[in-house]
Amino acid sequence: MTAGERGDAEQGASWVRQVRLVADAQDRAAFAELFRHFGPRVKGYLLRSGADGAMAEECMQEVMVTLWHKAHLFDPSRASVATWIFTIARNKRIDVIRRQRRPEPEELDWGPEAGPDQADILALQQDSARLGDALRQLPEKQRTLIEKAYFGDLSHSEIAAETGLPLGTIKSRIRLALEKLRHAMGS
Amino acid sequence: MRWVVDDMTREITHHLTDALLMGYAAGALPEAFDLVIATHLSLCDACRARAAGFEMLGGAVLDEAAGPVAPLADDSLEATLARIAEGPAAPAAAARRDPVLPVPLAEYVGGGVEAIRWRRVGMGVRQAILPTSREARARLLYIPAGAAMPDHGHTGTEITLVLQGAFQDDDGYYARGDVEVATEEVDHTPVADFGEDCICLAVTDAPLRFNALLPRLAQPFLRI
Ligand SMILES: [Zn+2]
Ligand SMILES: [Zn+2]
Repeated sequence: MTAGERGDAEQGASWVRQVRLVADAQDRAAFAELFRHFGPRVKGYLLRSGADGAMAEECMQEVMVTLWHKAHLFDPSRASVATWIFTIARNKRIDVIRRQRRPEPEELDWGPEAGPDQADILALQQDSARLGDALRQLPEKQRTLIEKAYFGDLSHSEIAAETGLPLGTIKSRIRLALEKLRHAMGS
Repeated sequence: MRWVVDDMTREITHHLTDALLMGYAAGALPEAFDLVIATHLSLCDACRARAAGFEMLGGAVLDEAAGPVAPLADDSLEATLARIAEGPAAPAAAARRDPVLPVPLAEYVGGGVEAIRWRRVGMGVRQAILPTSREARARLLYIPAGAAMPDHGHTGTEITLVLQGAFQDDDGYYARGDVEVATEEVDHTPVADFGEDCICLAVTDAPLRFNALLPRLAQPFLRI
């Protein structure tokens, strides 16, 4: 693991502790720390996905309210805090900006286990760190396309229109980016 | 919608494509596609794990320092804490588990199989259109054991997920939980297996192209 990945994994583990403090102790300081880091990112995401300033601020606050109330449901062996917040923000965007329902898969029945395993939590945070690092290493053009696919709410053809690139190039670039990411993740 | 089509390497699988899973994770697909994907993920751990990978990528993009960061309103944190003090919203009632319809689908039907409001469309086939946004259409199909669907091609993307029984076409045999992703290049006549009546969820983002005259005439009335 590189130093950067180790730092990211530690940061990820620290976010997990903050969410736990919110869940177990309604800790406002821990919440404020999460808010200062993720609030501006969630708002930026919503702005880029077509919300105006007032709506983006409003939805961002709702996302963070959801984080507080659902903190006890967060499972760090299945998602990083960033991923969990991303899914809450994405669903808020679909609900408020696109005005659609968001069908979600059936909850998995985890059986009698008391809670997530420490080793699973660690592995998940390390995977997230490796993925973040791999994303940073991608060539600029590929990274931009991945970001647009997630942030810009753009179809391939819209991406093509925006960048002036033919469709085939876009598709192969996204596929190439995904292959590189998969390779970096060792699968 | 070109998003979902991976036409450079069209492979026959019984699972969802990367493009579909990424679109689902990104929240970029029409509601009807989200519905068939959420239903397949409820039945398929392999695709659920791949979808989680694409959500992880969304988390990484969100967390990137280079990503968009917007300044918050001055009283943002205080306003949020005040809203938290109002308490959580009432949780939505969870749908009852049904042996045929996974939870996301049961929520659209408003119950189990017995709650589906079927309409006859001829030759023993029945359908029920589900309420989604208009960009794409989701419908449940009931095909009696051994019966065929009309031969048809596609002007866009069609995703068919088997919920009960099985069907067969030129591309393969599809049983409960399997999906077939058909695109413009595919012409097929799905036939239900003899063992059991087949129930499928079929989602399309463009009208089907029927090759026989009769179904083509009926198409506007059946809204398929
Ligand atoms: Zn699958
Ligand atoms: Zn078809």
